[in-house]
Amino acid sequence: MNDPYLSQYLFVAVFFVVAVVFALAPLALVRLLAPRKPSPTKHATYECGLASRGDSWIQFRAGYYLYALVYVIFAVETVFLYPWAVAFGGLSFGAFVAMMVFVLLLVEGLVYAWAKGALDWK
Amino acid sequence: MAVDPQLQSELEKRGVFVMPVEFLYNWSRKSSIWPMQFGLACCAIEMIAAAAARYDIARFGAEVFRASPRQADLMIVAGTVTKKMAPLVVRLYNQMPEPKYVIAMGACAISGGPFKEGYNVLKGIDRYIPVDIHIPGCPPRPEALLHGLMALQEKISGQRLTDARWYDKNAPAELPVPQYGPHDLEPPYHPDVWKPPKP
Repeated sequence: MNDPYLSQYLFVAVFFVVAVVFALAPLALVRLLAPRKPSPTKHATYECGLASRGDSWIQFRAGYYLYALVYVIFAVETVFLYPWAVAFGGLSFGAFVAMMVFVLLLVEGLVYAWAKGALDWK
Repeated sequence: MAVDPQLQSELEKRGVFVMPVEFLYNWSRKSSIWPMQFGLACCAIEMIAAAAARYDIARFGAEVFRASPRQADLMIVAGTVTKKMAPLVVRLYNQMPEPKYVIAMGACAISGGPFKEGYNVLKGIDRYIPVDIHIPGCPPRPEALLHGLMALQEKISGQRLTDARWYDKNAPAELPVPQYGPHDLEPPYHPDVWKPPKP
């Protein structure tokens, strides 16, 4: 610890201790001070004051996931199409071809998903 | 446990503050009263105005309107409580952690107000839950709400740790929620909380 270079790391140690105490002290205080009054209503799922019905752990249909995934195609396309449209006048023919290839790649994905029946709601 | 006032002022001059634990406990509670975010009628508009820049309820540490009763200390019943809505309000009160406080804001929440004779309006939320502060007005201005909040802060700073009901193991954890009956809510009031006035 007499090494001046190493003693600089003392700050890190102090910060570490303070950070741990700072995080744990409120938890300990809460344990000490918080009034505990458990009741069935308090533990019930919050439904804006209505009587809770069922469990909050419910399953969503996988169909939603497929729709969201296909939507990403349009989202990504929009992000790139806007700057492309703004700069359209000053772009070369090569840039136009590159953009068309990119759009066609995405369209191909959409057509594939469509053909596979991802857009049919069953 | 009282500190000699002369010694206390001498210490304060040197930057040392001596206070009872109770003072610190109440001071921290009253300086961060988090209300629950819900409004029932036009009084809620005044409540929103109190939260906005001109009246700025944040000066009192009460600007954190919580969207869940689990994190709220204060229920501001702002507006007309219909009989349809009353069980929900009581259930939300039950879901709030202790210690909890209730402000009845406006004539409707206090007594039914102009709709007192209406068949579907509860004649005061204090029939089902214990109300700490009543703020009259139709609707009360934001200043009135702030005054009510300050009155609540005063009440909190006067509370004693030794007889705090929220540490009482025998105190009931929740109030019964009224049910929809064929004509009225059943029961029409909770006798522990409210009793009809003697004629």
